[in-house]
Amino acid sequence: MPEGYFGQYVTIGIFAIVGTVLVAATLQLSRLVRPNHPTTAKLTTYESGIDPIGHGWSQSNVRYYIFALLFVVFDVEAVFLFPWAIVFEELGTAAFVEMVIFIGILALALLYAVKKRVLEWL
Amino acid sequence: MIPEITLTAWQILLVKIGVILAIVPTMTLVAGYAEHKVMAHLQHRLGPMYPGGFHGWAVLLADGLKFLYKEDIIPERADRRVFSLATFAIFVPAVMVYLVIPVDRSLIVEDLDVGIFYLLAISSVSTIGILMAGWSSANKYALIGALRAGAQLIAYELPIVLSAAVVVMLSGSLSLVDIVEAQNWPFLIWPPGIGLIAFLVFTMASVAELTRPPFDMPVAESEIITGAFTEYSGMRFIFSFFFPEVANLVAFAAIGATLFLGGYQPIVPLGVLEVIPGFVWFTLKTAFMVFLFLWIRPTFPRLREDQLQKFAWKVLIPVTLALILVAGAWVLYAPEALR
Repeated sequence: MPEGYFGQYVTIGIFAIVGTVLVAATLQLSRLVRPNHPTTAKLTTYESGIDPIGHGWSQSNVRYYIFALLFVVFDVEAVFLFPWAIVFEELGTAAFVEMVIFIGILALALLYAVKKRVLEWL
Repeated sequence: MIPEITLTAWQILLVKIGVILAIVPTMTLVAGYAEHKVMAHLQHRLGPMYPGGFHGWAVLLADGLKFLYKEDIIPERADRRVFSLATFAIFVPAVMVYLVIPVDRSLIVEDLDVGIFYLLAISSVSTIGILMAGWSSANKYALIGALRAGAQLIAYELPIVLSAAVVVMLSGSLSLVDIVEAQNWPFLIWPPGIGLIAFLVFTMASVAELTRPPFDMPVAESEIITGAFTEYSGMRFIFSFFFPEVANLVAFAAIGATLFLGGYQPIVPLGVLEVIPGFVWFTLKTAFMVFLFLWIRPTFPRLREDQLQKFAWKVLIPVTLALILVAGAWVLYAPEALR
């Protein structure tokens, strides 16, 4: 029975299942009515009409691994920020100053990344 | 007199499932049709006119039916299991976003006490789905599209999260109902300036998060076909690309209306307007936000990938960080201006 505090999350879990079932059921329905005539040409990888050269899983340059690292830093900051945002009014100046220092350090890190020119998309 | 109806928890749950399953596809169809029509008229075209008779209202139903009858092609080289799982990883979060949006004071599936946090968390799950789709396709366009999408979605998630944090600081709650209740007229300049800047940052970052033009590098048709979804066909294409795109468009519009435009509250606190039920206001505000997103699309040219990253990291994120400090100082030292 979905009740109480954790009951809310039971509802959300049930909706995740409902969404999954919806997609699966529609794909199944589509399977009943759609044609299925696979040919070799149809199953080749699409490369604007010409035969594919090499493999799709080729080495590729992930240009933004530094961005991704910075993202993790700032997303963790957000995790701290939300609880703070609710209570800082009661805690007063001390909590505010702490957050100023915290954000200041992160801003310095961002500035450092800009100065080191790692935030350039080559 | 309306007779009092008491429902058990399971019956309520069934009603909620029914309502969500009815509303989300309907809104998607309406917004998708609006996209066709609004863009057409902004570009001095008519858009679809024939399907269904009246101004082509049934064009998307016809489209959906067409896709149902299309062959499902999974390329030989693709990783079949990840390829089909990606659809679920993209579609399910797009529906689950709707669970915490308050349509009216009590018209909400679940009023989570961490509602906004849930929203931000669940709306970023689809990034994984897009990367799954791009990698499993074993297609160069798909891989490039997925890598671009990954970079863009993480870059623009931060401005959204940080501007939402500003709203949380001003309202002092993570529950979306409390956030709406905490907003006073006029919503946007609440308090002067801060709300407006947060709203603008949120709108721009939402457009990027939806990978809509001018931030549509991940699906740029002229370069990489449909990005990560190049190899998807038939219903799979609908469920992994078309439907989530429009559903997320409406969801972000609804989140914007809830966080910044006062949600289900009347736009002006007048006695006459209080009579109009809250869900009407909410729908109007959401429609306004949807229109804003549609309007942006044909107005601006596409940004280059490096411009896009520069805009997120060197403009939006520093601005929101500064905004958090300004909002904090405001709440602590000039709280009377808020209420």
